[in-house]
Amino acid sequence: MQVTITVNGETRTDEVEPRLLLVHYLRDVAGLKATNIGCDTSSCGACTVHVDGESVKSCTVLAAQADGTSVTTLEGLAQGETLHPVQTAFRAEHGLQCGFCTPGMVMAAASLLKENPSPSEQEVREGLEGNICRCTGYHNIVRAVLAAADTMAGKDATGTDASGSDAEAVTA
Amino acid sequence: MIPAAFDYVKADTLDHAVQLLAEHGEDAKVIAGGHSLLPMMKLRLAFPTVLIDIRRAADASYVRVEGEEVAIGALTRHADLVASDVLAAEAPLLAEVAAHVGDPQVRHRGTIGGSVAHSDPAADLPSAVLASDATLVLQGPGGRREVKAADFFLGYFETVLSPDELLVELRVPRTGTGGWGYEKFVRRANDWAIVGVATVAGRVALANMGNKPLRAARTEEALASGASIADAAALAAEDTSPVEDMHANADYRRHLARVLTRRALEAAAARP
Repeated sequence: MQVTITVNGETRTDEVEPRLLLVHYLRDVAGLKATNIGCDTSSCGACTVHVDGESVKSCTVLAAQADGTSVTTLEGLAQGETLHPVQTAFRAEHGLQCGFCTPGMVMAAASLLKENPSPSEQEVREGLEGNICRCTGYHNIVRAVLAAADTMAGKDATGTDASGSDAEAVTA
Repeated sequence: MIPAAFDYVKADTLDHAVQLLAEHGEDAKVIAGGHSLLPMMKLRLAFPTVLIDIRRAADASYVRVEGEEVAIGALTRHADLVASDVLAAEAPLLAEVAAHVGDPQVRHRGTIGGSVAHSDPAADLPSAVLASDATLVLQGPGGRREVKAADFFLGYFETVLSPDELLVELRVPRTGTGGWGYEKFVRRANDWAIVGVATVAGRVALANMGNKPLRAARTEEALASGASIADAAALAAEDTSPVEDMHANADYRRHLARVLTRRALEAAAARP
């Protein structure tokens, strides 16, 4: 069957098997390898991407179900050379250890902050309950998400360029 | 893990979906969010030959007041239930319970109709729908029929839905903002309930205390005849036959049912 999906702002049409999972479509058809396959059972969240701006686990979505949607992977989160504030904060706060869960964590966190721009620490922890870090590096991950929320709020408040936080709106 | 091969068709409306179900027979399965079905297909526990995707059927995602009830389209996602102002004002139990389903990513995909039709006794929403005394609207080739939640669930992954029928709407009585509670015991984030208890308007339903969501009838009777919350909750595990698994044996589940029922009833009493 044919699917037309806008991946990181670029609309592409591909011939796929109906059983092709979105994560395999992104990695093997679109060639975007940032999205990791961890548990493959919708538990760990390593494969989190955005479909129409909302976080989903791409190991549990068919490419066919994403037909006609806009998908954003970690590769599409930055705008040019400008990292998304969540990416910047993960680097600044060292929100990673081995890095395997990081693409999913960053995408889940970006979606969380879109729905709740100023979460409490508890809300960040609950908001990331679908993402597992096997290094148990949660402390800095939570700190990074809170820092990103502050950055994004600060930019909005001062009216300066919020291109990073709006990167997804451009691609959606 | 890769599912077995299947043909994929999209339904534009509920009528179209029912027509496709009739056309493709009982080897077809309906998919909405897919967060119960796809994991089963990846494990090859399910291998439908045709998937009928109803997720974008135009007429089945809504929450609205209709008379003395709230009508919920079967394709309403958990995230939409959580965010619904109508539910917050008229049937907040369902919104609160939906917030306990899986994790944010799951709630962005999963639907109330899918969760209820899947009939997993450990799931959150079936017990809440049962406690809410919901009416379920099923549509088949011959039209629509209504089934009370108490008559809908038959057992593990089994309901009164026939292979050519679709759950299209759920209707729950308007309760206002008070008199409800939900308690869920889990050991891990984003997991199924080891035991769950939903209560609203004096009804109490248990998750994972048998092969389907159960009403705690003895507790309800005790409450109706004026028993204290503690005394009524002590009867919550009567007439149940909970499973034993790596999380809990049957005695522990009965203990949890009694404790969680007391907590849920106390929460309901604190929301007059």
